[in-house]
Amino acid sequence: MMTPHGTMAAPAQLDPMTPRPFRIRQRRKELADTFTLALAPDDGGGFAFQPGQFNMLYAFGVGEIPVSISSAPDEPGEILHTIRAVGKVSAALGALKPGDMVGVRGPFGTSWPVEAAYGSDLVILAGGIGLAPLRPAIRQVIAQREKFGNVVILYGARTPEDILFRKELQSWRGHFDLNVEVTVDRVTGAWGGRVGVVTGLIRQGGFDRLHSIALLCGPEVMMRYGVRALHDCGVASERIYVSMERNMKCAVGFCGHCQFGASFVCKDGPVFPFDRIEKLFAIPEL
Amino acid sequence: MASKTPAPADRAGVIARAALDELVALLAGRGYRVIGPQLRDGAIVYDDLARADQLPAGWIDQQEGGSYRLVRGPDAALFGHVVGPHSWKRFLYPPAQKLWQAERSAGGFTVTTAAEPEPPLAFLGVRACELHAIAIQDRVFGVESGDFTDSGYAARRQAALLVAVNCGRAAGTCFCVSMQTGPKVTEDLAYDLVLTELLDDRRHDFLVTAGTARGAELLAGLPQRPASAADLVEAEAASARAAVQSRAMVPGVADLLRQNLEHRHWDAVAERCLGCANCTMVCPTCFCSTVEDVTDLSGDHAERWRKWDSCYTLEFSYIHGGGVRRETAARYRQWITHKLSSWHDQFGSSGCTGCGRCITWCPVGIDITAEARAIRDAEGS
Repeated sequence: MMTPHGTMAAPAQLDPMTPRPFRIRQRRKELADTFTLALAPDDGGGFAFQPGQFNMLYAFGVGEIPVSISSAPDEPGEILHTIRAVGKVSAALGALKPGDMVGVRGPFGTSWPVEAAYGSDLVILAGGIGLAPLRPAIRQVIAQREKFGNVVILYGARTPEDILFRKELQSWRGHFDLNVEVTVDRVTGAWGGRVGVVTGLIRQGGFDRLHSIALLCGPEVMMRYGVRALHDCGVASERIYVSMERNMKCAVGFCGHCQFGASFVCKDGPVFPFDRIEKLFAIPEL
Repeated sequence: MASKTPAPADRAGVIARAALDELVALLAGRGYRVIGPQLRDGAIVYDDLARADQLPAGWIDQQEGGSYRLVRGPDAALFGHVVGPHSWKRFLYPPAQKLWQAERSAGGFTVTTAAEPEPPLAFLGVRACELHAIAIQDRVFGVESGDFTDSGYAARRQAALLVAVNCGRAAGTCFCVSMQTGPKVTEDLAYDLVLTELLDDRRHDFLVTAGTARGAELLAGLPQRPASAADLVEAEAASARAAVQSRAMVPGVADLLRQNLEHRHWDAVAERCLGCANCTMVCPTCFCSTVEDVTDLSGDHAERWRKWDSCYTLEFSYIHGGGVRRETAARYRQWITHKLSSWHDQFGSSGCTGCGRCITWCPVGIDITAEARAIRDAEGS
């Protein structure tokens, strides 16, 4: 199915409700409560996906959760999933070791409009673990940097200890052709960097308001203020993309849990052009 | 679903009440699991039917908001009742389904989906609103098209044989006329046979018309006579009686609700709504489900079950940090706007068939037609 902002990969399996066996190749600790699992298919098959898509990960006997893919499609090796242990299933996934098996359904959902942004400036705004779903898009942008105009990456974490992919952010910041800013909400320990909400950095500009594409992922309140700041800068809603989070059980539009207005976030999202959901976004508890 | 071959009215036959026994036996003999209405626990429910005399002869239902009572009707009609708490969805889309099982094995686990073969279903007594409900769920579960197909639903649906029946009366909570889903079974609907009960002091017959070749072939196996003009007139009169309904959905409700997502009336409904989920359980089109992952005591055997769920539960919208819809007002708004408005955007039709079950089985008698009307009447205020 072609979507206005990317291509939805064909379902990798005949029955979308049945998990495929994948094996954990590597487990990397990211933060106190956050880890990354590198997975590879254990059934000999391949795995094609787009940046911004997600998988349903199953921990044997415990349950299943949606996790966005945090590696880029052309990144060699395993498929990465960066997970914050906040519930029963994410904790069970966190207890697994290299060599252990997980079930995978996916990939599901829409993707970041990386190709559609060729020739445009890019504003990438991430909050907290929202950097994980954006990482594949950022990797793709860096890999073909000449195809874009100015690239602004703005990242906010709660505290310096919560900065995800710290080394990678530092390396991106070392690129002369990337404008990377990191801020924290609250200072702990020795921090000489920026303090304040990440959405405040949008006003610094560094992008052409008429020819920019903005990609946003983070808490809904961050995206709300982020969109407002982008609007204030003159970026139109149809050039802003947000990744929504809702409860997902089936990921194929059958279970109804992820509905947001008429959209099923699992298959019509999670990445939406903002103009498509703008009227609903401001309504509480929709 | 056999392909549709419209049957002209002159091909209608008339069978006697006794021929229904033969129809049930004929279907059972062909390996169908025959399901039909029957009296149990003070309600008309759908369950396995071995003989036609299990049908609830002589019982009719009196339905109002929050009230359902069975009483003796004026005659021995088998289908004098309307619709009860069950719908056919519980057979095409069972309340609990095992999706797969997994066994722990050396170095991992193995997932298998081997399903036990199920006999094809034959439904006896499907109302016009219920044929619409089945067609609506066909679209939800991608039977013919869609991004994904629910293979279990599609297999059960494609094997199912539908014997429809025209209503001869309406219950107090029916509003199918305003939803254009009844009371008469129309030829655009998917059914194999359609019955109209013809009953007076002198006779107890059924007018029968086939909607498919499979239905026509079944009908040919039953003792019958061609329908007379008088039979057709009597059948039309029955449908006309059932079209007299006291409730109606307000016109243009899809746009009305879309434009009133923020309206003070939602709080007024929430003062009455218990959030009990009854309306979603009895609704013939509500399709939401959850999954439960279970293991046995050894921890080596795991299963995933898919179970009916409801947008009225607090957990339904749970994401890290709490449910999205914490207030009852938000949950009622979700249900009614999905049913009557956003369903059009998702599946090309309303999700409501006007069957009235949600009104009858609401413990406090909340009426979907009245709440929609209240939004309209208070619009802009």
